[in-house]
Amino acid sequence: MEQGGAMSETRYDYGGDEYLLVVFSEAMDLAINFKLLSICREIERRHLPGVIEVCPANASYLVHFRPEETHPDALIRTLKDLERGIQSAETLTSRLVDIPVLFDDPWTQECAKRFADRHQDPSVSNLEYLMRVNGYSSKEEFITAYCDRPYWISMVGFVPGTAWCYRMCPPEQAIQAPKYIRPRTDTPERAVAHAGVFLCIYPVQGPGGYQMIGMSAVPVYDPEERLPDLQGRYILANAGDRWQFRPIDMDEYNDIRAQVEAGSYRYRIIEQDFRPGEYMRDPESYLKHLQEEAAHA
Amino acid sequence: MLSVLEPGLLTTIQDLGRLHWYHIGMPPSGALDNFAFRVGNLLVGNPEDAAGLEVTYSGPSFEVTSESLIAITGADVAFTINNQPAAQWRAHTLHPGDRVSLGGVRRGARAYICLAGGITVSERLGSRSTYMLGRFGGLDGRKLEAGDALPLGTPHTAPDAMLGRSFDPTLIPVPQKELEVRVVMGMCSHRVTPDSLREFLTVDWEVSTEADRIGYRLKGPTFEFNAGERPFGAGADPSNVVDLGYPIGSIQIPGGLEAIVLLNDAVTGGGYTTIGTVITADLDLIAQASPGCHIRFHEVTINEALQARREREARIEQVRLELGIFDQAGMLGQ
Repeated sequence: MEQGGAMSETRYDYGGDEYLLVVFSEAMDLAINFKLLSICREIERRHLPGVIEVCPANASYLVHFRPEETHPDALIRTLKDLERGIQSAETLTSRLVDIPVLFDDPWTQECAKRFADRHQDPSVSNLEYLMRVNGYSSKEEFITAYCDRPYWISMVGFVPGTAWCYRMCPPEQAIQAPKYIRPRTDTPERAVAHAGVFLCIYPVQGPGGYQMIGMSAVPVYDPEERLPDLQGRYILANAGDRWQFRPIDMDEYNDIRAQVEAGSYRYRIIEQDFRPGEYMRDPESYLKHLQEEAAHA
Repeated sequence: MLSVLEPGLLTTIQDLGRLHWYHIGMPPSGALDNFAFRVGNLLVGNPEDAAGLEVTYSGPSFEVTSESLIAITGADVAFTINNQPAAQWRAHTLHPGDRVSLGGVRRGARAYICLAGGITVSERLGSRSTYMLGRFGGLDGRKLEAGDALPLGTPHTAPDAMLGRSFDPTLIPVPQKELEVRVVMGMCSHRVTPDSLREFLTVDWEVSTEADRIGYRLKGPTFEFNAGERPFGAGADPSNVVDLGYPIGSIQIPGGLEAIVLLNDAVTGGGYTTIGTVITADLDLIAQASPGCHIRFHEVTINEALQARREREARIEQVRLELGIFDQAGMLGQ
């Protein structure tokens, strides 16, 4: 893979008469995600006629448009030209967000017990299952490794605020897990869960199939706009942000919950310039550089 | 003001939906049967996007406290004003204290209640539509309950101006039990074998009981997937892809075991194979389908989809002209 993501045979297809689906790759690849985020931001900047919005995804994006204002084939031509003009991913504004998590919590474990019949191995907790399929035997070691680097938000969607969080490491070091055999009909709001190569936090209570390993103390969706940092934006995630998960104990969890309930909680957010090229050249040292920069911010 | 006496099974405030927020995972919501809803608003002299009520299977009863006009469109439903049967697809006057009551839907699935001035709960992100899964919009993001009081706007036209106006009844769609629905195939359809795609387009799909504003689950044959190496990050199941965006109307096939058509409260993205998208003009047909109905899908080209879209707009335009409404804002012509 070239610096910033080389792509061949980008696929442009119709999603009915109001959407276009643009697929860069069938596989998950951070370099491709960096580049498509650059393309999506450029589409937004250009205010193309008829384009309602653009929704970046992991290795593709969706455009919603009004066919009365642009024929989809004309829009495809414009998007192809625009893609040709962006040879490598540009510097992205990326927020580093602290996400305090109570791992191995009682609520997701209770939920896992209720849906034991849908799991691969109900004799262990979802966390222990995730450890085992990734070759860990010590809980502490696993949680430390799990949180040793930020996660890239490569896509936002499903329901408001759901973020696909991709651990910033080479593919061979990815932590992976299968989904539940059959999805649960219930998951607690703010459950931290993992499936495939992605971690996600459930924005609202509801069905789900990811392996549940903890609870975020902070919400990722705030329909009532109670928290000052989410006013006017409703959700925490931006595609292209980085979330740093931080293990906390029950006391700190309860303390943060009280602040959230009171509407006084402030997220720890540090805005940084993220240079995809530097990350691709040497991920470890670039992450370290960003971490030091953030520590002095 | 509109005071809810009985809420009905599932009655929500809807308008034409909330655009521009799909990228945060917020679907548009809005009336599922676009044609019926817009005509309902035209009949009472409203702009097409004024908020009204979407009624599912069984209707509410309510009282109004001010002078208004009402029209009920969409599914075929028994409807009375002060216990006197009233006709759908035309405007009726309401006086303070009048009681409106809807019974069970006889044909179709969703009826629309439009009142002059519209329902004026506050807008959230540019729309009054209810999105229940996200607890957003409408009235506290939920369905109506007995005792709710809904504010009504000031009518856009003199109350009597719309009375007696009608349009060619052949323009009124009649909900069918056997639906013919047009689809633009594509997106991830290359993941599915040609035989399975052919079968998808030749069999009758049955609407299951899991059919709501998020999506309609359809029962039919299972799908076979093409063999090949699984892409990194796509998951082990052949029906999974690396998560991508789902258009409204898109058809996904989780596990290859069923087909789900996503509607206006859709989940905006995920990791299931999508094989095509129902054209916008035909989503109105699905909005009126109930469990047990059968759907036959027909593949069309993008230009046929665009032509069908223009034809639907032409039907709306004809209704507008016959009602004597001459501009997009829904104002009455002189």
